[in-house]
Amino acid sequence: MSSEDPLFDYTLRLGDSCIVLAQRISEWVGHAPILEEDIGIANIALDLVGQGRLWLDLAGEIEGQGRDADALAYHRDAGAYRNHLLTEQPNGDFGQTIMRQFLFDAWYLPLLKGLSQSNDSRVAAIAEKAAKEASYHHARHTDLVISLGDGTEESHDRMQAALDVLWPYTGEMLTADKIDGTLCEAGTAPDLAGIEQVWNDHVSKTLTAATLTQPESNFMQSGGKAGRHSEHLGFLLAEMQFLQRAYPDAVW
Amino acid sequence: MGEWPLWEVFIRGQHGGNHRHVGSLHAPDAEKAVMNARDVYTRRNEGVSIWVVRATDITASAPGEKGPLFEPSNSKVYRHPTFFDIPDDVGAM
Amino acid sequence: MYAQMVKTDTTSVKTREEMSAEERAFQDRVDADIKIEAKDWMPENYRKTLIRQISQHAHSEIVGQLPEANWLTRAPTLERKAILLAKIQDEAGHGLYLYCAAETLGVSRDELTEQLLTGKAKYSSIFNYPTLTWADVGTIGWLVDGAAIMNQVPLQRCSFGPYSRAMIRVCKEESFHQRQGYDALMKMCLKGTAAQKAMCQDAFNRWWWPSLMMFGPPDKESVHSAQSMAWKIKLNSNDELRQKFVDQTVPQAEYLGLEIPDPNLSWNEERGHYDFGEIDWSELFSVVRGDGPCNRERLAARRKAWDDGAWFREGLMAHAEKKSARKDTQKNAA
Repeated sequence: MSSEDPLFDYTLRLGDSCIVLAQRISEWVGHAPILEEDIGIANIALDLVGQGRLWLDLAGEIEGQGRDADALAYHRDAGAYRNHLLTEQPNGDFGQTIMRQFLFDAWYLPLLKGLSQSNDSRVAAIAEKAAKEASYHHARHTDLVISLGDGTEESHDRMQAALDVLWPYTGEMLTADKIDGTLCEAGTAPDLAGIEQVWNDHVSKTLTAATLTQPESNFMQSGGKAGRHSEHLGFLLAEMQFLQRAYPDAVW
Repeated sequence: MGEWPLWEVFIRGQHGGNHRHVGSLHAPDAEKAVMNARDVYTRRNEGVSIWVVRATDITASAPGEKGPLFEPSNSKVYRHPTFFDIPDDVGAM
Repeated sequence: MYAQMVKTDTTSVKTREEMSAEERAFQDRVDADIKIEAKDWMPENYRKTLIRQISQHAHSEIVGQLPEANWLTRAPTLERKAILLAKIQDEAGHGLYLYCAAETLGVSRDELTEQLLTGKAKYSSIFNYPTLTWADVGTIGWLVDGAAIMNQVPLQRCSFGPYSRAMIRVCKEESFHQRQGYDALMKMCLKGTAAQKAMCQDAFNRWWWPSLMMFGPPDKESVHSAQSMAWKIKLNSNDELRQKFVDQTVPQAEYLGLEIPDPNLSWNEERGHYDFGEIDWSELFSVVRGDGPCNRERLAARRKAWDDGAWFREGLMAHAEKKSARKDTQKNAA
């Protein structure tokens, strides 16, 4: 990475998570279980692309090397990506996608609310705008997790399986590292301990309503925030960056 | 299992006014019908308030009774302000 | 068009003398441009033809998501990705409006979906062609949406109220679709590299003829047109719209510096229109029959989406029923 400013990495984490999630959701467009969901899920992807651009443009501004959102999104390899591991996990069935979004929203919304109080006005402005969109995502996916968990036996089992698969990727979002700590002390970002509490409350309440069981294992994967990713990200980026890589001098 | 029921969607736009019928969609329940309506019918910032009603809960007038129901009002021209001639001298009314 | 070769179940248009009193009253309303509403009396063939036409139009929107979605995950910039997402989402929305319009005629969306997935119902031939490069996405917006708009604008005035209202909404939303495609091509053709220009010319070569076929067979072979036009559910003839499309598109291609892949294309001063070469109708008929480059993939993708989604649709329905049962129990207990 080419900036010492911890806010550069921090905004990359947010931007990359949005862009990678949007990329994953885009895979569903035209293939969702019912027309209303095709339209609904596309809205989520649109919001996330928009937010991703804002975070990455800010990252580029902080870095000061003249890179904009596209340069950052399309011309970094997996090791330079800072998204959370949860966001790059494959879609699975539609239930697993909904579960992934739910676990993400449960963290992202309270974080955005905290960031909207940031002493960095650029961060606060993006967070405030994004929080409006994220509240809708949060409500929509919470409702879907409850309905599918407490639906048929099959939908219940699929949601439980999705939760079990994705659970180990949730710890990384809630565990503060040096960058989180520094920015929290500086008043730029909220304390992750507070976010974790909100996350726990909401997730456990929702899972109870959904008749789903929170996995007991405490084992958590980590590494995404430091650029150590799962095998999935390389393929996701190969697809996403193909045109920019194959036609380096082109304009689009 | 049957098809998701059909809902009629009514939206009130940015500038006040009545909720207007904008179309229909399918949803398993009322809460999801509102969310789907938000996604389907307000993609271009069209609304600030949404109503949804199950299509089967709507009672409509019968087309055969169109004559008796609506034609009588044709003859009540005095309900329209332009029926009355007001002299210019009295000012705006 | 999005609805091609829609059967009317009639062999000839009835004269006034041949019509029953009800049919005459119906035709009078159509002639007077009074909208027919779902609950009004209508000839059975009008109803059936409309269901076929509207559902074919809807199916086209739904299947039409696929060729463009093929490039969604490879869009070259974040802005292009957002534009394409919004565009494809609109197509799904348009399919939804149209299914709802068809449902007012007493058919369910599940039945219509079944007809699509079993191959009983058709969708526009154009979506059975592959999108091989990013330039195809721009070309689809420019040509395919351009052709669709040409047909849909007059359909806003069609005789059936729900269809007409759906078209009004579709047309309002669709005006950006053609422009975004042309905008993508302008960037590549006028500001791009030689490789990008070649990509655009290649896409144009492949989409030109299929786009002309979208308007359906020539008028002289279009057996159902007369009845549909008398009913005002088709407002222009196939050849008329096709000519209009060619006349509109040629200067746009020239602006981009693209060569029209038709050696016989030339301006006819006397007619005030472009003359163009013979269309290979055998290709259209074979694609409509199911033997186009992508028919099988497109249907397989839609079938997979529908089948894989069954548990999701059932799960949500089951939850809704549980919730309403719980509410009833609470009410009874109170």
